Amino acid sequence: MAELQELTAHHLMDLLARREVSYTDLAKASLDTIERVDSQVRAFVTVTPERALSVAAALDAAKAHPSPLAGIPIAIKDNMCTRGIPTTCSSKILRNWVPPYNATVVERLLQQQVVISGKTNLDEFAMGSSTENSGFFTTHNPWDLTRVPGGSSGGSAAAVAAGEVAAALGSDTGGSIRQPASFCGVVGLKPTYGRVSRYGLVAFASSLDQIGPITRDVTDAAIVLQAIAGHDPRDSTSVPLPVPDYTKSLVANVKGLRIGKPREYFGEGIDAPVRQMVERAIDLMVSLGAQCEEISMPHTQYALPVYYLIAPSECSSNLARYDGVKYGLRTAQDVDMIAMMEKSRDEGFGPEVKRRIMLGTYALSAGYYDAYYLKAQKVRTLIKRDFDRAWEQFDVLLTPTSPTVAFEIGARVADPLRMYAADLCTIPVNLAGLPAISVPCGFVDGLPVGLQVIGKPFAEETVLQVAYTYEQHTEWHKRRPNLEGSTAAAGGGAK
Amino acid sequence: MTEDEVAHVAYLARLELTPEERKLFTVQLDSILAHFRHLQELDTTSVPPTSHAISMQNVLRDDEVTQSLPVEDVLANAPERDDSFFVVPRIVES
Amino acid sequence: MSRFEAFIGMEVHAELLTESKMFCGCSTKFGGPPNSNVCPVCMGLPGSLPVANRKAVELVVKTALALNCEISSPSIFYRKNYFYPDLPKNYQISQYGDDPIGKNGYLDFMVDGRPKRVHIRRVHLEEDTGKLFHVATGQSHVDYNRSGVPLMEIVTEFPPDIHTAEEAREYLVNLRSILLYLGVCDGKMEEGSLRCEPNVSIRAKGSTEFNPKVELKNLNSFRAVYRGVAYELERQAKLLSSGGRVTQETRRWDDARGETFVMRSKEFEQEYRYFPEPDLVPLTFAPEWLDELRRALPELPEAKRARYQQRYGLPAYDAAVLTVDPRIAAFFERAADAHHDAKAVANWVMGDLTRLANATDGGLDALKVTPDALAALLKLIDAGTISGRTAKDVFQEMCQTGKAPDQIVREKGLTQISDETALAAVVDTVFRENPKEVERLRNGEEKLLAFFVGQVMRATRGKAAPDLVNRLIRERLS
Repeated sequence: MAELQELTAHHLMDLLARREVSYTDLAKASLDTIERVDSQVRAFVTVTPERALSVAAALDAAKAHPSPLAGIPIAIKDNMCTRGIPTTCSSKILRNWVPPYNATVVERLLQQQVVISGKTNLDEFAMGSSTENSGFFTTHNPWDLTRVPGGSSGGSAAAVAAGEVAAALGSDTGGSIRQPASFCGVVGLKPTYGRVSRYGLVAFASSLDQIGPITRDVTDAAIVLQAIAGHDPRDSTSVPLPVPDYTKSLVANVKGLRIGKPREYFGEGIDAPVRQMVERAIDLMVSLGAQCEEISMPHTQYALPVYYLIAPSECSSNLARYDGVKYGLRTAQDVDMIAMMEKSRDEGFGPEVKRRIMLGTYALSAGYYDAYYLKAQKVRTLIKRDFDRAWEQFDVLLTPTSPTVAFEIGARVADPLRMYAADLCTIPVNLAGLPAISVPCGFVDGLPVGLQVIGKPFAEETVLQVAYTYEQHTEWHKRRPNLEGSTAAAGGGAK
Repeated sequence: MTEDEVAHVAYLARLELTPEERKLFTVQLDSILAHFRHLQELDTTSVPPTSHAISMQNVLRDDEVTQSLPVEDVLANAPERDDSFFVVPRIVES
Repeated sequence: MSRFEAFIGMEVHAELLTESKMFCGCSTKFGGPPNSNVCPVCMGLPGSLPVANRKAVELVVKTALALNCEISSPSIFYRKNYFYPDLPKNYQISQYGDDPIGKNGYLDFMVDGRPKRVHIRRVHLEEDTGKLFHVATGQSHVDYNRSGVPLMEIVTEFPPDIHTAEEAREYLVNLRSILLYLGVCDGKMEEGSLRCEPNVSIRAKGSTEFNPKVELKNLNSFRAVYRGVAYELERQAKLLSSGGRVTQETRRWDDARGETFVMRSKEFEQEYRYFPEPDLVPLTFAPEWLDELRRALPELPEAKRARYQQRYGLPAYDAAVLTVDPRIAAFFERAADAHHDAKAVANWVMGDLTRLANATDGGLDALKVTPDALAALLKLIDAGTISGRTAKDVFQEMCQTGKAPDQIVREKGLTQISDETALAAVVDTVFRENPKEVERLRNGEEKLLAFFVGQVMRATRGKAAPDLVNRLIRERLS
């Protein structure tokens, strides 16, 4: 039997239900893997072995497998509140903050008695595309430890890829679930805006943030989405639509599916090998009975500036609360109130966070609001309309998830604009509030490439079905990185 | 964007910047904003802004009292406290 | 001051009478131990999100309708961004721009016997801040119990319609009345549930430009509003007359010293960087629902005043006094409908009832007297069963015990003595006991009449019918 840490969650669920493995053994497998590999991968900010083993022990003592995800080792991105467990957002300003409440998604997982192995690393306050902006340390890509895992949910994606957990939660504002999933060769799903509650997700850009699963395969993504989706009265932007049975979408059939291929996502900004992989994937879908046509989405080029005006504006306001008054870091210097706030924030925030706060504050300030923030919100409407027009003709759009494969650690930190460009293909989706998934579709020089499937609002079922169909006809999702100290299945990611 | 503007924005955002940071941010923010100037070429005169990706309205809750946090939980993370109060440094007019 | 014309804008904040806070379910109850009514939302903890209180929205809509406003639909929440320790998120969720819940309304009232209309620019909804207490060490203590309490802001139109301190006060009195009538706010200025910040500026008569305005704070009563505004107008007049300039600033009213002083500014950048609140969705109001609300509005003070003059024949002054507090008005109406003499009822309500209510902890609600009981008391006076003087004591007992007037009269034996024979006997006795005074009275010292009346009253323990006593004394003299 393959090692437990290489198995998908749904396979593990099966083993647990049939009592072929105990909950405690499974929890231990996760914790042991973390111990063995995390010194290299550095996916975790906090590991919670006692809690994990205590939940597992209780499950072993109980009679039956109580819920689908019971006992499954899961990692939570460290920007989601977990009561009693530090929630740092990978920022010095929250280094020691322990929330007195759980995020709704965490509550829902806890109700299923999952085993939370720990909290994962991210770009500070979810701002970044490589996890290099973490205020603590950088996470390393399990496929090549000299490279970034992507961001901002780099820790969660790396933890799943490295087999430290069977599944993880990430958050996505401009691609922060999908892009790291793509860099780490795993599946990452961003639901429609409003599908999953944001209560307890430390806000970055409120009109763009969404929580979603990062998993080994599409089946697991459907199962985790099922567990966390649905209306939450504590989130005014959470939509009161019923949650369908997403596992019913796990059908390998795309006959008659109308695929759109947006020209602007295949242009010169995309690395040629990546483009080839993605086009090969599209060809496969066509061979399975789908139709594909090109479409132009003319406002795509404006998505990056629109995002980098709206997101920092909202974040400059969302992060104002970190002032050393009620929680978080307070400067040790003995100064007056205003200076205390200024110094605490200066000491607590990293440069990218400061940069975005500055940008956002500027864009909202008197004299600039109309030209920047308001203008960006209007162009956002135009970008959304491009998608609305696409849905008249197509069921899904297929694109690369990211213009490149994982880049080297340190390669882009000095150039913010170049870092921002990593989100070219993912950002428009957040602006329009649409669901999208990234699935592995190949390797370039041993590094994973991601295929992005974008769907209509609340069409997670279609998105899952398309992704599932592709996955069932390929083997990419079965590959495992060759991490020293862990036993890899045959066909690891050797260069 | 000038260094003075950067200093003013930093004050609005309560960020204490070193002179080097101020210089660096002026350059970086200026280049980022230059990049965004081509948004202006789009005609958006009759385009409404999108503040929300979803179109919902009137999400309201009933006027019912629910349980508050225990006081200890409220103050557990306080950088400085005096009994059940949060303590902040002196407020000076600058 | 006569060289100048004054402009006074009024900004009023009213704490809404809801059970729970604006964006969370914490209790709004005043006075609990510090930080005991607080949750992740009103504390601004990372990850928390607001959900709007339906009742708070309704109360603001009702107020806007009562103030003749247009209702904006959609109406949006905005973030007002500034840093201060009593503001947990360092932004306040409020309203801004063209779509506050209510706009372009007006309030009609009387000043000095003349009708006055003050235009209202906006009525909007927001959340209150926590409370900051400065302590001896120089530091401050923060209590977030009040953070998130629903607040309604009412702002008058610019340029202001209010030109005198008296108009300012009367505007506030009448506005507060309406809020009481609607059950929207309890109007307790001393407790801070109703706050008023006048913006005062003056300019030379004939000029067209407006001078900088001064915002006044810490005006905790109608009297303080009047005095504060009056003082500030004088101060500015003196300043301009001597060639000086008025600085745009915030000044604090010191009631004890009767002056305004420049306040330490809390944050002096006016850059609030308003933008639509992404965590809340727009409010929309169906026209049918608004019509329903409008129809269900209670009779407001202005209409009630008119009706009192017409139906009960009361003078305008009485109508104005009786309608300030809706509970007093309700009491009056019930009693007046049960008694033929509305003016008598009005006198008792404006007089003894109000006096006792003000002197009692808990006000009118704590008094046990009912309108019907007052009507019964007046009937006893009309019938001569008790004197007007006795009735006052009986009324006080009614308020304290809730007993019926005739029961009290019976129990205490207060029935007026109107028996001529009996009284004559008393008068004779008093005459016999005070021969010297009788002589002096006979000789023309009229003021001793009161002495004899008093003696008879003492002997009869106040129960002698005064008119009868007077007559008998005069008869006995001659």
